[in-house]
Amino acid sequence: MRCPYWYVASQDNLLYRKLSLCTPKCFKKLIILQYRTTLRLILHSQISSIEKQATTATGCPLLIRCKNFQIIQLIIPQERDCHDVYISLIRLARPVKYEELYCFSFNPKLDKEEREQGWKLVGLNEEYNRMGVPNNYWQISDVNRDYQVCDSYPNEVYVPKSATAHIIVGSSKFRSRRRFPALSYYCKDNNASICRSSQPLSGFSARCLEDEQMLQAIRKANPGSNFIYVVDTRPKLNAMANRAAGKGYESEDNYSNIKFQFIGIENIHVMRNSLQKMLEVCELRSPSMSDFLWGLENSGWLKHIKAIMDAGIFIAKAVAEEGVSVLVHCSDGWDRTAQVCSVASLLLDPFYRTMKGFMVLIEKDWVSFGHKFNHRYGNLDGDPKEISPVMDQFIECVWQLMEQFPCAFEFNERFLIHIQHHIYSCQFGNFLCNSQKERRELKIQERTYSLWAHLWKNRADYMNPLYRADHSQTQGTLRPQTAPCNFLYKFWSGMYNRFEKGIHPRQSVTDYLMAVKEETQQLEEELEVLEQRLANLNKVQLYNGKENSKQQDQNTHLGLSIANNSIANTPQDYVNNVKSFPSRSPSQGDEEDSALILTQDNLKSSDPDLSANSDQESGVEDLSCRSPSGGGCLPSEDSGKDPDSDEAVFLTI
Amino acid sequence: MEFAELIKTPRADNVVLHRPFYPAVEGTLCLTGHHLILSSRRQDNAEELWLLHSNIDSIEKRFVGSLGTIIIKCKDLRIIQLDIPGMEECLNIASSIEALSTLDSVTLMYPFFYRPMFEVVEDGWRAFLPEREFEHLSSVTNEWRLSYVNKDFSVCPSYPPAVTVPKSIDDEALRRVATFRHGGRFPVLSYYHKKNGMAMMRSSQPLTGTNGRRCKEDSALINATLRAGKRGYIIDTRSLNVAQQARAKGGGFEQEVQYPQWRRIHKSIERYNILQESLIKLVEACNDQSHNMDRWLSKLEASNWLTHIKEILTAACLAAQCIDREGASVLVHGTEGTDSTLQITSLAQIILDPRCRTIRGFEALVEREWLQAGHPFQQRCAQSAYSNSKQKWESPVFFLFLDCVWQILRQFPCSFEFNDQFLILLFEHAYASQFGTFLGNNENERCKLKLPQKTMSLWSWVNRPQELSKFKNPLFEANSLVIWPSVAPQSLQLWEGVFLRWSRSSKFLDEAYEEMNNIIEYNKELQAKVNALRRQLAELETDDGMQESS
Repeated sequence: MRCPYWYVASQDNLLYRKLSLCTPKCFKKLIILQYRTTLRLILHSQISSIEKQATTATGCPLLIRCKNFQIIQLIIPQERDCHDVYISLIRLARPVKYEELYCFSFNPKLDKEEREQGWKLVGLNEEYNRMGVPNNYWQISDVNRDYQVCDSYPNEVYVPKSATAHIIVGSSKFRSRRRFPALSYYCKDNNASICRSSQPLSGFSARCLEDEQMLQAIRKANPGSNFIYVVDTRPKLNAMANRAAGKGYESEDNYSNIKFQFIGIENIHVMRNSLQKMLEVCELRSPSMSDFLWGLENSGWLKHIKAIMDAGIFIAKAVAEEGVSVLVHCSDGWDRTAQVCSVASLLLDPFYRTMKGFMVLIEKDWVSFGHKFNHRYGNLDGDPKEISPVMDQFIECVWQLMEQFPCAFEFNERFLIHIQHHIYSCQFGNFLCNSQKERRELKIQERTYSLWAHLWKNRADYMNPLYRADHSQTQGTLRPQTAPCNFLYKFWSGMYNRFEKGIHPRQSVTDYLMAVKEETQQLEEELEVLEQRLANLNKVQLYNGKENSKQQDQNTHLGLSIANNSIANTPQDYVNNVKSFPSRSPSQGDEEDSALILTQDNLKSSDPDLSANSDQESGVEDLSCRSPSGGGCLPSEDSGKDPDSDEAVFLTI
Repeated sequence: MEFAELIKTPRADNVVLHRPFYPAVEGTLCLTGHHLILSSRRQDNAEELWLLHSNIDSIEKRFVGSLGTIIIKCKDLRIIQLDIPGMEECLNIASSIEALSTLDSVTLMYPFFYRPMFEVVEDGWRAFLPEREFEHLSSVTNEWRLSYVNKDFSVCPSYPPAVTVPKSIDDEALRRVATFRHGGRFPVLSYYHKKNGMAMMRSSQPLTGTNGRRCKEDSALINATLRAGKRGYIIDTRSLNVAQQARAKGGGFEQEVQYPQWRRIHKSIERYNILQESLIKLVEACNDQSHNMDRWLSKLEASNWLTHIKEILTAACLAAQCIDREGASVLVHGTEGTDSTLQITSLAQIILDPRCRTIRGFEALVEREWLQAGHPFQQRCAQSAYSNSKQKWESPVFFLFLDCVWQILRQFPCSFEFNDQFLILLFEHAYASQFGTFLGNNENERCKLKLPQKTMSLWSWVNRPQELSKFKNPLFEANSLVIWPSVAPQSLQLWEGVFLRWSRSSKFLDEAYEEMNNIIEYNKELQAKVNALRRQLAELETDDGMQESS
């Protein structure tokens, strides 16, 4: 690392600016790139791929693609250095042991008690109680104590009261990976429930009495209905192919009183390729409208999102409108099943549309039921074929719903984006490992911190200003429009082009309204004080009360300070023939988002020359645990004053 | 009265009306000279439907036994269905609607018959006179003058009587330049950028022809807008190829040799029926009931509508960039200078000039850059997305402009005084209206039709406080800066408020808008209360002080 400077280009256009040397020390968990007052952190865990590109006159470019859709190009003057960096990053981006992950060294300076409190913020026992179980129909079962029956299930599961341990164990033996039917959501108004499992090992003709009894028990737990839906979220062809391998789906002939339904959501490999294709479209430089729309369509991404939504809508309708219980499964019941159950829950229950409720929902349907976070998001080096954007899709479904029901969610888009970020960041322990069992063995709760506490602490940044607990959209079941609805599903540029600030609306309605609401609150307080003073004044007027004439104009004007205008002030390239990377508009100001953000305030804690900082790790920690800056106070940077910005490229034609 | 001849069956009972988002209603259908009215026997006797014939784009008839069905497709993109018992009635009504919705004579149009039920506070016909605009200009510069060379429309039939030109150019020179420009549309001032004194002019193509005809006065006219030693930009809205082809028909473009101080940039913006077809395809895709995601995206793509939006916006941004960032004067033209030219010049002003982002300023812009500038509204907006007439002159040029404004509004939601409802209003009225504003193809025609005397202006109606409040953007905060929109495909979206207006329920979005309004209203209310209390306290306290000191 002899070179004094690297150059960096990223989507948000830190275009070929000189960067201070990064010392090898800070390579432990992340790279720090700094330009003047702008710091950029790239967590190694976020690195999705590193590509060495052809050497140019300036140096050797390294293209780093991140899992949070950031793309950064480093240009390192010396070929040898570049190779070193490349090799180190390849290694560091693919840790082999959990202990190497960031969360084990991340320290937000909280004491033990605060850490424990943080983990207690979201509790599933409370949640099941809130749903209304245990009750006459459902009970908690300890059959999976010590994970004896199913190692990817939680140790406590809710099952129908009439399902004995014998039935459960018998059923589990007839299900892939022993994932037997268990309660995901219970609707106390009509006793209908959503249960989840994996596929039955039915092959072409196999039967299992206990499994059939298990489904009967689920039906009986809902006395209002004489059948249950069994929803297989796979395309029919896939499910049939599974029969040859001794797996498959339930036959209506063998199970009494079920209605069987396929909902064609594709498997993780199709989804991975689809995302890949869509990201290629997002990366196109100056694409034409046709390039973009064609690419988007060819990726099939929105079609997949719609399939997941449709499944969720089907289930929510069955539960809320028909009062029929539903058993959902796919193959192993930890990907599509998790997506569909959580979308359905979100539609059914307004609680899950609150900030706390959403955390609970993720804990319930994803974390506790053994969604394989480690495999799906590649936290540890593993089989690349296991990686798939399953949770990303769920998060997008939520965003699509937010677009259709702007008042229905307590949280805003930023909340979703930050959760997505932390699924990959490994900064908090919540999403580590593949199951509850593994997490307990690693003692995650004693050794790492909970993301939920971190988000909760900064909840003011994640509020949807349009949310009101007594608004009609926050009551009852959400009923998205179903026909015709293709055009309701839109490309989410806020996520997939998240780091290209230039293409997003330059003024945020959410931030504006949040500022207004904050001001409103101050006004309410002031009003109270003024009324009080007026009352006092009237009282003491007889005595010529002098004490009342304190400075009254202390805060005469609570002007809204939304620096949203300044970022409006830069033109972009309107000619479409830019040669250099990146393609879009010059710097829009160094707006950032939470975990990656550093503004002037906390620069003090990180000396520009990082090698001079004795305590590397803590310096870094300080930066990363800072509360999100939100969009409300963007540092204003008029590029007109910026000597490095290169605008008006159109004149080079 | 000739209308009566066209109405064979003025009234039909037991007609069932189907329309988006409402349950079917049964009622009595009445045809008048200008309206199709359906009233049900509801308690309040309210009309369920009151549709202007001129809003009807096309109709279809269908029969099942003796029950006839008429499907009416409107210029505002709505589709409604009327079930009419009795074959004869149905046929009569259909043919009447067809005849009444395609009247040839402008003077038979509804605006000539409309009697306003409101009090006119300010006459919209006189609200945006060029003189007033010029007054504003002369307060910041004296380099320009108002010329009445076209006062009897003899120099340029599609220009207004008064135009702004460089002071140094006399009327004689203007006359000569007019003979060198297509349709006599000599370069005139479109926008003056106060910040740096740069000007945007617009014109039609120069008539250079194949033998390179030239006109001294023409170059003198546009050079008069240049600062010493500075270059200007000519933005030709046609591709170089198209511009070259135009020479064969006597048109052409400014050659470097004759205009050495100008740099020409060609931007390819589509015109005429290509745009109309694009609109037809887009609306077809939006009305498609199929459930296939892929088909939706490829149909959206195939319509090319968003491609046109991107091209127009890009060219407008380029013009604005030349003026604001390069400090250069700009001349914009295409062929006639009545379509793509106006899209570019008006959008560039929205980007550059905060005034154009206010309601009044936007009205002035539409008046100046579209109506007075001679955009042939009557030809362009004769038919909309459901027409089968395929006439070359029918083209959604103004509609595209409004869509582009919506795209900028979406990217800068706090910088506009008006909301998207205002843009939708203008879209509707450009195609069918009780007001005379968008009748005729230019000022000359409007003058001959005596529109200001015989019809009501849209502005007279909309500028009354009770109407205006519906179109005010609650998020508006005056933004004095230039606003640079993004033209990346990810940033451009389908204008749902117009295109999906009749195919998806906007209930939840409307609720959100209302909620937003409430939040802001409540804030303002509190602000007022707090201020009042502060004042009250201050008074009381000074009273106390006085009592004390006395």
